[in-house]
Amino acid sequence: MTNTNPLWKVLLLAGVLIIGILFALPNVFGSDPAVQVSSSREPTLSPDLVATVKSALANAGFTGLEYREDNDRLLTIFENEDDQLRGRDAIREVTDAGETNVALNLVSGSPGWLRSFAEPMYLGLDLRGGVHFLMDVDMDAAIASSEERYVSDWKRVVRGEKIRGTNIQYRDGQLTARFRGQEDRDRMLQNFSSNAPELFFTPRDEGEFFFIDASLSEAAEREERTGALQQNIVTLRNRINELGVAEPVIQQQGLDRIVVQLPGVQDPAKAREILGATATLEYRLVYGSEADWAAADQGGPVPPDARLYHRRGSGAPVLLQREIIVTGDQIKGASAGIDQQSGSPAVFVNLDGAGARSMLEVTEVNVGNPMAVVYIEKKKFTNLVDGEEVEETRDIEEVISVATINDVLSHRFQTTGLTANEAADISLLLRSGALKAPIQIVEERTVGPNLGKDNIRQGFMSALVGLAIVVIFMSFYYRVFGMIAGAALVINVILIVAVLSAPGLQATLTLPGIAGIVLTTGMAVDANVLIFERIREELRAGAAVQAAINAGYDKAFTTIADANITTLIAAVVLFSMGTGSIKGFAITLCIGILTSMFTAIFGSRVIVNALFGNRRLSTLPI
Amino acid sequence: MRQFIQNTHFDFMGKKKTAWIISGVLIAIALLSIVIRGLNLGVDFTGGYTIQAAYETAPDLNLVRSSLGDAGFEEAVVQNFGSSTEILIRMAPQPGASNVEVSNQVEAALQPSSEQAITIQRVEFVGPQVGEELREKGGMAILLALVGIIIYIWFRFEKKFSVGSVAALVHDVILTVGIFSLFQVEFDLTILAAILAVIGYSLNDTIVVFDRIRENFRTMRSGTPAEVMNASINQTLSRTLVTSFTTLLVLLSLFFLGGKIINGFALALIIGVVVGTYSSIFVASTAVLALGITKEELMPVEKEGADLESTP
Repeated sequence: MTNTNPLWKVLLLAGVLIIGILFALPNVFGSDPAVQVSSSREPTLSPDLVATVKSALANAGFTGLEYREDNDRLLTIFENEDDQLRGRDAIREVTDAGETNVALNLVSGSPGWLRSFAEPMYLGLDLRGGVHFLMDVDMDAAIASSEERYVSDWKRVVRGEKIRGTNIQYRDGQLTARFRGQEDRDRMLQNFSSNAPELFFTPRDEGEFFFIDASLSEAAEREERTGALQQNIVTLRNRINELGVAEPVIQQQGLDRIVVQLPGVQDPAKAREILGATATLEYRLVYGSEADWAAADQGGPVPPDARLYHRRGSGAPVLLQREIIVTGDQIKGASAGIDQQSGSPAVFVNLDGAGARSMLEVTEVNVGNPMAVVYIEKKKFTNLVDGEEVEETRDIEEVISVATINDVLSHRFQTTGLTANEAADISLLLRSGALKAPIQIVEERTVGPNLGKDNIRQGFMSALVGLAIVVIFMSFYYRVFGMIAGAALVINVILIVAVLSAPGLQATLTLPGIAGIVLTTGMAVDANVLIFERIREELRAGAAVQAAINAGYDKAFTTIADANITTLIAAVVLFSMGTGSIKGFAITLCIGILTSMFTAIFGSRVIVNALFGNRRLSTLPI
Repeated sequence: MRQFIQNTHFDFMGKKKTAWIISGVLIAIALLSIVIRGLNLGVDFTGGYTIQAAYETAPDLNLVRSSLGDAGFEEAVVQNFGSSTEILIRMAPQPGASNVEVSNQVEAALQPSSEQAITIQRVEFVGPQVGEELREKGGMAILLALVGIIIYIWFRFEKKFSVGSVAALVHDVILTVGIFSLFQVEFDLTILAAILAVIGYSLNDTIVVFDRIRENFRTMRSGTPAEVMNASINQTLSRTLVTSFTTLLVLLSLFFLGGKIINGFALALIIGVVVGTYSSIFVASTAVLALGITKEELMPVEKEGADLESTP
């Protein structure tokens, strides 16, 4: 029994250690604040934009800034966070919000050669600061609104065919058309079903009436659901880009939820409002005279092709045509500005082809008539009904302006009647598209940047102190062997950090994750304790030194493996059931268990062999 | 050799009755407390808001309460958090208002309670639905972990060992949760994670003892099962205590230096490590003994163990 190291074992340990140190190194350099500029429309960055940004920063008094150009973005690195904010504002002034995304970001502070292959650990929101939202997508509402569309389609067809006495409505997930005659019903069934193969039709006779019942087929409904969710994700992504967030995470979770994570967001309140907002605009012609409006408001009859609205602010009643000229969906671009004539805030709107055609047709024949702009917002409320929490959606519809049509309008025009803030928000929302289905924030976790920094500092400190105490205790209790265990422990922490930083792994370090590292340092020495106690037992039983070392490592192995595998089971369960920051704990625990097996068994053995192997010894410093 | 514990010959199995009475009483207290006092569940499980705000100088909490009350949040619980300049506000989900509005309104309402700038450090909102899901998922996670572990131990050792280790785990989980209930320490998701880690840790200890019991059953020619078990526990006692000690050291560091947010987490682990160490000595092995383990039962496992030990 000589306990010599084969060369490959030494090389493996040295190799793993060097690679570990290299990948862990970027964390020592930390991160620098940066502003990231990218184009929202083009995949690549135009040289003009780069030049504009650089000259804007030079004009703002910045000199000697470091720029990094990736294929699709320009990163400008600043000395500190105040400069970063100042720099961002300077860049925003010279760029168009709809065309260019300007966002705060953190970039690796390590030198170029290191940056080419290694990145620092990705910090979770609780360490970096930022917002985590879990959003519930109201799928039933999305399905209902897509089924409801058929009502007006069918009504148009029936009117076109001049069939009298029909009733078409949508209620509780079911489209129903009622006819007086069977022949009409059958003809329309043919017509409807050939135009809408995605619906599932059932004819029904009841009393003197003949019915068609229809609802989306299962496949179509599934498609509608995925479509609505995807559309919502696209819209949210657009909105987040507008907010200027670098590296946002927007992911589907389960069937009807979306997770949004915005690292480093400065204004969570704004993010909350913008992400969940459903506000949109609608253009309608005004109906009747002021006398009609007042009558309808007092409880009088509302004409069948009109709807009663109220003015924003004054609450004065106004009747509008049922028919919509342009809906929010048809608005392709929007920007906020100031109306040249009145000097009040305005939204400049750009319509798509269909919207422009409709606007043209209506305004051509209505010059001199008033047109109204309706502001629509869906709001979700949680109400208590008999002690149960019930969610309820309310539509808020307000007329924000009524103006006389002076000219024929088509693609571009402006709308006034909003405050400057509202104009900015609604133009953002119109630009980024409407949410296909209403969403509600069902979970939010926001951590301010200061608290994030505190968390890093305290977590790091407790890890360092914990590591130091354990190394000191082990060196005291097991002397040289304890120091070897301490070295293995330090290597273990380096390896955990290296694995967490490894590119492609995308592991995120969270505060519980740091706790996981701390816990692992305490538990990782267990393997060495087991081995050392075994060696001591063997020595006490009278074994020779080299045989005792060998037996100690051998006999302890299965025990260590068994003990670690069970902890691993708990950690894996935690990972699969956990959310967010808890996952971070499970990850570091898993990684820590695996790396500690390597360092505590293999690593410490190589060192022990190098120091004590192949020598005639009568005692061991253990 | 520096050794605190050497060649001990404690009669652990002889203390079986005493240990069971102590554990029985503690578990009864823990269960009673869980049933009567319940757990001080955090927003993760109940749904609601937690908002942490930092002031430049210590705010008057009554003023904060009254300005929150004026804004319609009468039932908000306001307390200092960590230092006198930081406060924590907790409240239930607000009926009749959208969640977005509530967060923004609370932030706005805090402003009048102070002339100085207020920084919102942390906002956590969990909807009632999500809270319920997290509760279910959490309970499920603990169950799944237990089942996975039973299967593994069954496979690696023997049925009676698997029952013994699970008895120790259930013991540890009940006592840890019981202490959180007794002292009404807030029980949130991180505590649940800590409890799962406690399960892993406690098992770690138990397995080391079991491994030695199995080995000694094979190598010791004479001796009753109780004697073999006593010898095994005594032989591993030094290791058990050293490992628990190093783990406690790092956990104390985490508790005192890791910051207020991680406090409960560290506390759960500290309790778990202490209870887990006790249970691996007094509960797991005595349970196996009580189930009547015999040498013969370990024979088939002996072969399997021999196979595995030949791998380095």
